[in-house]
Amino acid sequence: MEQRFKRLLRRHGLVVAFLVFLAGVAFNADAFLTPGNILDVLRQVSITGMMAVGVTFVVLTGRLDLSVGSLLTLLTVIVVDQHNVAGPFPAIVMTLIAGLCIGAFNGLLVGFVGLNALIVTLAMLSFLQGLVLFYSGGSNVNVENAQDTWFAVFGRGEFLGLPLPVILFLVGAVIAGLVLQFTTFGRRVYGVGGNETASIFSGIDARWTVFWTYVISGFTTGVAAIIMGSRVMGAQNTIGQGYELTVLAGVILGGTSLLGGSGSIWRTVIGISMLGFIQNGLLLLGFPYYVQWLVTWAVIIVAVWIDLGAKRGRIFA
Amino acid sequence: MSHTSTVTTDRSPALAALSWLLRNHIWVFLALTIIVFSLASPYFLTLNNLGNILTQGAFIGILAIGMTMVMIDGEIDLSVGAVLALASALAIGLQDHMGVWPAVFLGLMSGAALGFLNGSLVALSGMHSFIVTLGGLIGIRGLVFVYTGENALMVPDFSYTEIPEIYLGPVSLTAIIFFGLALLFQWVLSSTRHGRETYAVGDNIEAAHDAGINVKRHKIINFTLCGTLAAVCGILLSMRLGTAEPNAGRIWELWTIIAVVLGGTRLQGGFGSLWMTIGGVLTLAVLRNGLRLLNTPNYVELMVMGSVLILALVLDKILNRREAT
Amino acid sequence: MSDVVLKVKDITKTFPGVKALDRVSFDIRPGEVHALVGENGAGKSTLMKALAGLHRPDEGQIFYQGEAIEVAGPLDARRKGILLIHQELSLSPELSVAENIYLGAWPTNRFGVLKKRELRRDATAALEALGCGFGPDVRVGSLSVAKQQMVEIARAEAFRANVVIFDEPTASLTDSEKDQLFHTIRGLKARGVGIVYISHKMDEIFDITDRITVLRDGQVQGTVDTRDTDLNQITRMMIGRTLDTYFVKAKAEFGAEVLRVEGLSNRPLFEDVSFSVREGEVLGLYGLVGAGRSELVETIFGVRRADAGKLFWKEGEIELPTPRQSIDMGMALVPESRKEQGLVLMMGGRENTSLPHLRLFSEVSVMNRAKEMAVFEKYRSALSIKTTGPDQAVSQLSGGNQQKFVLAKWLCADPKLIILDEPTRGIDVGSKSAIHELIAELAEQGLAVIVISSEMPEVLGVSHRVLAMSEGSVVAEFEGAAMTEEHLIDAVSHAREPVAAE
Repeated sequence: MEQRFKRLLRRHGLVVAFLVFLAGVAFNADAFLTPGNILDVLRQVSITGMMAVGVTFVVLTGRLDLSVGSLLTLLTVIVVDQHNVAGPFPAIVMTLIAGLCIGAFNGLLVGFVGLNALIVTLAMLSFLQGLVLFYSGGSNVNVENAQDTWFAVFGRGEFLGLPLPVILFLVGAVIAGLVLQFTTFGRRVYGVGGNETASIFSGIDARWTVFWTYVISGFTTGVAAIIMGSRVMGAQNTIGQGYELTVLAGVILGGTSLLGGSGSIWRTVIGISMLGFIQNGLLLLGFPYYVQWLVTWAVIIVAVWIDLGAKRGRIFA
Repeated sequence: MSHTSTVTTDRSPALAALSWLLRNHIWVFLALTIIVFSLASPYFLTLNNLGNILTQGAFIGILAIGMTMVMIDGEIDLSVGAVLALASALAIGLQDHMGVWPAVFLGLMSGAALGFLNGSLVALSGMHSFIVTLGGLIGIRGLVFVYTGENALMVPDFSYTEIPEIYLGPVSLTAIIFFGLALLFQWVLSSTRHGRETYAVGDNIEAAHDAGINVKRHKIINFTLCGTLAAVCGILLSMRLGTAEPNAGRIWELWTIIAVVLGGTRLQGGFGSLWMTIGGVLTLAVLRNGLRLLNTPNYVELMVMGSVLILALVLDKILNRREAT
Repeated sequence: MSDVVLKVKDITKTFPGVKALDRVSFDIRPGEVHALVGENGAGKSTLMKALAGLHRPDEGQIFYQGEAIEVAGPLDARRKGILLIHQELSLSPELSVAENIYLGAWPTNRFGVLKKRELRRDATAALEALGCGFGPDVRVGSLSVAKQQMVEIARAEAFRANVVIFDEPTASLTDSEKDQLFHTIRGLKARGVGIVYISHKMDEIFDITDRITVLRDGQVQGTVDTRDTDLNQITRMMIGRTLDTYFVKAKAEFGAEVLRVEGLSNRPLFEDVSFSVREGEVLGLYGLVGAGRSELVETIFGVRRADAGKLFWKEGEIELPTPRQSIDMGMALVPESRKEQGLVLMMGGRENTSLPHLRLFSEVSVMNRAKEMAVFEKYRSALSIKTTGPDQAVSQLSGGNQQKFVLAKWLCADPKLIILDEPTRGIDVGSKSAIHELIAELAEQGLAVIVISSEMPEVLGVSHRVLAMSEGSVVAEFEGAAMTEEHLIDAVSHAREPVAAE
């Protein structure tokens, strides 16, 4: 009995701790578990969540993408600026294409040239930040006719009482989850991440698999940029700064292994939402916003440590 | 003097020279950037400006020293920017309560303690240092904000800002400290047991373990050093600015990694030196300074950095392939 | 001092399921070279690791210079005077020669500062005693493998070793480097060092050793003076197992040619290899470790790129394929290393089985889970695989069950040719004979089968025809009554005359 309880705590200790946290906050702040507040949290999570969905693919192959923060900035600037120049529809198309292209470039360098993913995407982080300043000329851009454009729908719209960005995020997550679980591509991603050599011996071209995960990461960042631009109706040059870390923290918190091969979109959604609820709950309890960072730190360390312990236990027990 | 300049007995002198050059490409890079900028701008090769470059480079440089040690071990420390900010905030904020030097000392200790924490988590849990220090990067910044309450702290007595205003010709105290520390730790790397262990651990951890090296204790020491050096950097920054901004040092960890990798130290561990890192730090500083002198918009700097980094990586890949054959 | 420097008495070491060493005893005299031979898995490396302190024996004792000792680890062994020179060198490439000789035991003052002069002086002395052609300051990574090995041997001088254990020291050496090594070994021997020499290469063993101890299945088969024995006797001791395994051979009914290889080369791994295999035929590929067998089939399959040669598939010439093309043609490769090349360990049996044939198990890129389940269940019962379910991670299964999943993953798409690289290595006896029966069954269904094995009875037992490989070339081919152990031994050992050095 006690043994089983221990095992349960070991395997799901984090979820238990999280539920305790939720209950504690709800007890002290009536507004916390109201539908309105939950939707607010999800609305805030939708942008990082959308990006995390793409980054999960990359991490599952055992690689990293640190460029998504800068990419988010660049794409948000593009979508807002092009909205003014060419109108909403061309702006959206251009943003998504730009996202795909930059993802493809990352994928080329990591997948085909075989360069270290950390450094390549770090270099891209710097390069893209430069590109942002080049494109915007250093000034912030705003949507000119913010009052009467249907573009606002992505960040501010609602459908059946649900915020549209939340729907976009959840639909994106479901599609990505289905792709990973049920398609041949998903199987290749897990294969390459789990054992690259064995996958090559099974006739899988690891280079292409890695390439496409970066393309996906670029695409989801494009969608996130559209939501962001629509919500803010403008773009500052630093709008996405630090997002790569939040996104990665969410993916890791969900339990997707940086070594590749284990994890899922479902876990990422949990991880990134946990971050959102922790942030929101702490704010409701009256803590300043930065206290969430401390909690995030502790949660990441504890989560990964438990996860590692659990895996070891399973392998060697 | 540097151990990288060993001449192999297996090859002709010309090949050996080429091999040396390939392993130390950063100096060619640095020379090229200096030549280009001195041709492009008359203000570049002035004593004053060169002094500026050294001072500007010294901050990232001090972070890069610790990062190099950790990277030769085959690990990484993403938290240096946040540690720097905390040390700088404590060094200024505590002055009211206990005076200047005790505050500075406590600032230093905070860096050492956080480095020790990072190192212990890495060594004892078996988690990858990337995750541990990514957590640290987020959380330690939280500590800074908790302490400062979002406001920049002002130094109570401005004589504090005059402490580093010592010059040796055009070279500032900050730059001297950077070079002093770099040389000291290069000596540690090349001439002490701990230094040689660093290479052994990063190179071939099995062999190191079999040879009786305490790998865990060793890694904890290097992370502690890295944290302490980040604190040194933060304190020097607080002296230079007279204030401690809670956002100080944001994304400096990235610049630091760029400088170290540019120098030629490998992320996989086992290879690198502080000579290389000095080269990388100076190249980075020259690039930033030169581009500013030319009045290029600041985006050029960022784009050049990104491109140079990828170029360095490609070069390293080609070079490794050559060595392997 | 007694006339025995190191004595091992009744050492037993058990791993889960395997008795790796079973009351092993032998001794080493000062100034002798003592060979330790045996097939893969005979217990050589376990014994060696026990001597170096990497394994703690369950029972038995080690006597060193007449005293019972316990070895705490490699450094402890080194300090005591027992030095292990491993096949994978235990060196740090970025450190200098001198630093590597004294790795982890550098002379320092009490502040941890290296005494470089002392280090250099001692290292130089050690290098000179061996007659190495390089100085103590060279970076080890810039040296050739042979010279790196000399650095390890220099530790013997530096630590005044009385016993040096060599594990496959010539595996990656050229002939002239080998001569140099033997010269060095004779030097050590002349100074009274006791040497343990582990190798698969019989010519070397007869060349350099004084006594030979043969291990088989964790037991000592005997120790003989090298002068009084010959290759035949040793080989018989190594492999002459009681025939406890009954081999089923497929009926010899052959169809059309499936694969022909002409002049395939991938230098320096193997060169100019030609052979063919027909439907219903089991072709054995025998050779000692390092003969280039695995590299050959990996090149045919397309994991490695050949630099010359032609392939014919069903009598039509094809371009050298990628693994994907090979699989689509109907080729299957059960690789040598189950864990590294064969399986994604964290996946379950179902997903591992479909991994090479995702297209067959999907419609418009969507996986057909029902089909996967059906195939999984089919092979689970056909091969009687013990697993709790389709998604139990294969890392949790025994070696034999893992190997059956590797087979399932290749059989489920009905290949025309299946290549099995060491299919029974490291698995239990029951699974072994199941795999032997399967091989016969497959051949009778009309598949062409290539079996690589270093176990001679296995190769002879299951194949219709055997190719003997040695040092990257096919040196002989045997069929029918000519397929005997004697012939195979002759072929692979006599081919070992030194190839003319450049």
